[in-house]
Amino acid sequence: MANKNEGLGKTIIVVLALCLVCSIVVSGAAIGLKPMQEKNAALDMQKNVLDAVGLLKADTNVTEAYGQRIDTMVVSLKDLTVKDDIDTVSFSNRKAAGDPETSTKLEKKNDPAGLGTREDLTQIYLVKDESDETTGLVLHIRGQGLWGTMYGLLALEQDFDTVKGVTFYEHKETPGLGGEITNPNWVKTWQGKEVYGEDGNVQFEVVKGGASSKHEVDALSGATLTSNGVEYLVQFWMGENGYGPLLKKLREGELNNG
Amino acid sequence: MASAKEMKSVLFGPIFANNPIALQILGVCSALAVTSKMSNTLVMCIALTAVVAFSNLFISIIRNHIPSSVRIIVMMTIIASLVIVVDQILRAYAYGISKELSVFVGLIITNCIVMGRAEAYASKNNPFMSLLDGIGNGLGYSIVLLVVGFVRELFGSGSLFDVQILTLASQGGWYEPVGLLLMPPSAFFIIGGFIWVLRSFRTEQVEPKE
Repeated sequence: MANKNEGLGKTIIVVLALCLVCSIVVSGAAIGLKPMQEKNAALDMQKNVLDAVGLLKADTNVTEAYGQRIDTMVVSLKDLTVKDDIDTVSFSNRKAAGDPETSTKLEKKNDPAGLGTREDLTQIYLVKDESDETTGLVLHIRGQGLWGTMYGLLALEQDFDTVKGVTFYEHKETPGLGGEITNPNWVKTWQGKEVYGEDGNVQFEVVKGGASSKHEVDALSGATLTSNGVEYLVQFWMGENGYGPLLKKLREGELNNG
Repeated sequence: MASAKEMKSVLFGPIFANNPIALQILGVCSALAVTSKMSNTLVMCIALTAVVAFSNLFISIIRNHIPSSVRIIVMMTIIASLVIVVDQILRAYAYGISKELSVFVGLIITNCIVMGRAEAYASKNNPFMSLLDGIGNGLGYSIVLLVVGFVRELFGSGSLFDVQILTLASQGGWYEPVGLLLMPPSAFFIIGGFIWVLRSFRTEQVEPKE
């Protein structure tokens, strides 16, 4: 059988036909399944937001709870205005941070969390209670851990200072050690901690050997670098170069559209 | 058509008698990476079995038309396309698990078992037998992975399929998990143990002393 397959013409025909069939199959699968995948990704983020606020129970209907209790908006961290014209569904913080148009390069000394760039546009989530009153705020946070970037959401109470909850939904930390940042028991210790001190500066710390004040959270044992990463990322995002100015404005009153 | 006996040996042979991981030591890298939890392990096994079975089938169907000068590239193209399709399906229907498996689904492309079976079996045998051979080798891979995953999840996290079985000391129970088992290298020890047990029962697999 061998010889008739070895000609140049036959080889090219077989390869081209194969490439054509394979590309049709692959693109068919990619396009056909795309709506489903996007739905999954959106649902996953809604779940994370509810989890950060503490509204996620085993039997929660995510879409329903999210629709009733969470309001999303895109805010500019540069001029602190709400960007009404941006679609919140397709907006992603990660995309904004990767695009030079919508992000700011951070200098080394201003970049304790090792981000490189900070997005100028960010999605924030306002938490409402049953009677539509705003009771809190959820913010995107991220920073370098030991093995890679840790992505999380930080929920604050209405005073934009007290922590309502936190969740790290994507990370590469060591399972059993740094990976314990997702442990519900540890996450619970964040509740009620205050980020800012009396002077308005970020006082939040992750400490070894027992948290003693309202600004401190216990470090994870066996995961010093992960714990440091968590501390730095909270300090960065709550500080001057992160959400600090935005939270100050929120405390003073409503955000303007712009 | 092949006899029933031959079909049986092609399908079930790779499970113990000619196990791709234990005897041929192929495809070990993914066995290390994805076995820290049973649910991930199971999905990986299904994904790999599907890819080996179908790549064997398709390669066997066109085996008489593949020019031998480009046969490896042709096989890679078929395997890669199948893996992408599997990855897309997982992302659509098992989002959480596909997120945890991340790159390892994509790395099925480089899994030596898939390529090895395509080259060694599917390019010489008829489509039906090749399909059986693919499923058999997928099962052989799966049984090792499931054993490794079982040991790692039970003793590493005290749970199976995310259901807590041994209450952990950190949650007020008695069981202190073995942290080593959550690290990829621990799978080496378990695969080593598996091979040891297997070769104690099937002494013909023991390699002769040099």
